Amino acid sequence: MACNSTGCESGCYDREKDNGSKIVEDAVVTQESVCVKCKCNEPMTFGDGGSEDGRFCAECFRNNVFGKFRLAVTSHAMITPSDNVLVAFSGGSSSRVALQFVHELQIKALKNYEASRDRSLAVFGVGVAFVDETAAFPALSTEMIDAIEWIRSTVSSLSPPAKGLHVVPIESVFGSDSLDPRDRLVKLLDSVPDDTGKEDLLLHLKMLCLQKVASENGYNRLVVGSCTSRIASHVLTATVKGRGYSLSADIQHVDARWKVPIVLPLRDCVRQEITRLCLLDGLKTVELACRSQSGINDLVSSFVALLQEENPSRECTIVRTAAKLTPFYFNKIPETDDSNVPMATQRRLKRFNLKYDGSMTTEAFCPICNGPQNISDSSELDYFEEGQESDALYAACCSSCRFQILPQDGSSREQFGSFLPDHMISQVKHQKVNSQAYLREKIKDCLLLDDEEVV
Amino acid sequence: MEAKSKKSGATRLCCLCNLRRPVLKRPKTLQQICRECFYEVFEEEIHQVIVQNRLFKSGERVAIGASGGKDSTVLAYVLSELNRRHNYGLDLFLLSIDEGITGYRDDSLETVKRNEVQYGLPLQIVSYKDLYGWTMDDIVKMIGLKNNCTFCGVFRRQALDRGAALLKVDKLVTGHNADDIAETVLLNILRGDIARLSRCTSITTGEDGPIPRCKPFKYTYEKEIVMYAYFKKLDYFSTECIYSPNAYRGFAREFIKDLERLRPRAILDIIKSGEDFRIATTTKMPEQGTCERCGYISSQKWCKACVLLEGLNRGLPKMGIGRPRGVNGDHKKETKKPGPAVKSIESKQCGSLDF
Repeated sequence: MACNSTGCESGCYDREKDNGSKIVEDAVVTQESVCVKCKCNEPMTFGDGGSEDGRFCAECFRNNVFGKFRLAVTSHAMITPSDNVLVAFSGGSSSRVALQFVHELQIKALKNYEASRDRSLAVFGVGVAFVDETAAFPALSTEMIDAIEWIRSTVSSLSPPAKGLHVVPIESVFGSDSLDPRDRLVKLLDSVPDDTGKEDLLLHLKMLCLQKVASENGYNRLVVGSCTSRIASHVLTATVKGRGYSLSADIQHVDARWKVPIVLPLRDCVRQEITRLCLLDGLKTVELACRSQSGINDLVSSFVALLQEENPSRECTIVRTAAKLTPFYFNKIPETDDSNVPMATQRRLKRFNLKYDGSMTTEAFCPICNGPQNISDSSELDYFEEGQESDALYAACCSSCRFQILPQDGSSREQFGSFLPDHMISQVKHQKVNSQAYLREKIKDCLLLDDEEVV
Repeated sequence: MEAKSKKSGATRLCCLCNLRRPVLKRPKTLQQICRECFYEVFEEEIHQVIVQNRLFKSGERVAIGASGGKDSTVLAYVLSELNRRHNYGLDLFLLSIDEGITGYRDDSLETVKRNEVQYGLPLQIVSYKDLYGWTMDDIVKMIGLKNNCTFCGVFRRQALDRGAALLKVDKLVTGHNADDIAETVLLNILRGDIARLSRCTSITTGEDGPIPRCKPFKYTYEKEIVMYAYFKKLDYFSTECIYSPNAYRGFAREFIKDLERLRPRAILDIIKSGEDFRIATTTKMPEQGTCERCGYISSQKWCKACVLLEGLNRGLPKMGIGRPRGVNGDHKKETKKPGPAVKSIESKQCGSLDF
């Protein structure tokens, strides 16, 4: 799928190239009578009004999408034989395709394993995680029961090799020893004044939940099915929320700032391809009506949809632009001397990681969104903010979370802090201690008194 | 994010001075304030931007890009006021560009001529007709309503520089406001222009070119500028350019208007993101040289204005629009052609003014 010329704002050259949005009434044809790639099979028409309809045959189309997935996996060493991979599954089309493709990779690995004599390369393990958000959206409870049932049967149909399924309620992010976690979640969300902030906080909690499931069950990779289209929306939402600095951390193929690194193997596939693939392969999906209709995130989605109508490759251009931003040191699978990791993998990691410059600056991370922070950000007062608050949570958060998630006055903020999951709070303390210790290290030889640092 | 507002209107007071009755809700912060406080915060914020970013030095000659529209009128008004109040020590001028758009520009130029009198600032007008031999009316007749903004923008940039040279000023200020810059950030993301993305949030640009330019309104909301002009009853021309409806910028503008309704500070947040984007310094600068044809600053063999003009003159309106084809990729540094010192600017080509 060619992404178009970027120099022309009027799109005059695009029209010739793509956007053949002729809606085909019956399953018969378009200009080509053979697939443009293999030149022998009949091309598929999806009749969905999208671009590139009726150009590829089913097989070539499928191979193209799977090919992008596989290229992402191999060139970023996302999944290697010794790994135990957890696929984050929402029931939507992207995560369904991610799950399907991971499963196919696994089958292939199993076949190779069984066929090889020395059984040197193990088959990576796969698990599936679904986060049940009923506590945040009580209206979903009946839908949810059916959805979970469907998920169970879908996952069990994807074997051999068998995959563990972990259905976790979102309130499990508070840990097993929290009293009435459901109630705590409701109180936490209710204390967020801004609608968009509430949505975003829920996303951060969901990620923490997935991380918890992954690390407690021995997984060392978390596969998230984010596609190009979702990332394009994220680029714009991050921009309008003032998160330009941390943007490049969120949109790479690998995000290793978490305990269990996140990988995005479908990053180079657009939603249209994914939807079409689901149609082609009969992959069922379920969309739970979780989203509210009023915030910034929805405004941006509608905006991107509008831009797509005007030019179907806009999403690709947006992501391509953002991909030119400098990533962070954690945007790659960390190299390891672990003897369990095959040499081939280690070599590939070394070769790929050369792309990033070795500057391992220690970043401070926002305890809520885990975004890396610009050093000047934390010390600077916001443009029209009135006083400087002294509580640690406020100081540790990025300016975007301070505005849209933290309550405005001191006492509500304290209460809010008490509802947050322990993991986030420990990040606050960790950050504070870290920077003090770091500074002390630098000036230690000039300090006369041997004061202990009081945390 | 509403400011705390009491339900009973009678006891409400301006939340800044607590003395007078509030008459407006401030677009940037939604505070309910009185007229005097609004003038004060508006002017003070701009003064702070000027001071903190060190935009001017005492004794400088500064040209204000004046279109007769609200941004440039308010800019001229506020800048002369602040110049007086805080003793910037600046020599201010008005510089106006006549693109030759009947029914639009000729009307707004009348406004600028009135501003010259009202604010006591000398005015210089430079026209496309004199400079390039084409008016926007002629251009649109030839190329239609798509890409016309490209022509106008490129030509205006050069025209401002040439006008500034005629006035012998040290600096140019333009009325680009926060909304404009936020739109530009979004546009550059949408169009893949990473190099522009890294430059477009700078408050001062062109320091290595003929005339540095700065944008004192970088953090000023368009709505507040309108509000200021309205309350102060400033004289300005308020119609949109008649050729503009198809500009791609329209998408970004609509989106930002919707965004502002949901969250006013988002406009400043976009600018902040633009400033914070991690863009490698190596991607920033195209190599700078001079145009072979006219000597103006250019990163290509010919400056964009010369390319576009050539296209117009040869009846090839698409020349210079879209992906570059052909040989304009050389980066040979050429010495400027020593052209004759031109007193009247008259030719079909980009003139050869010495900078």
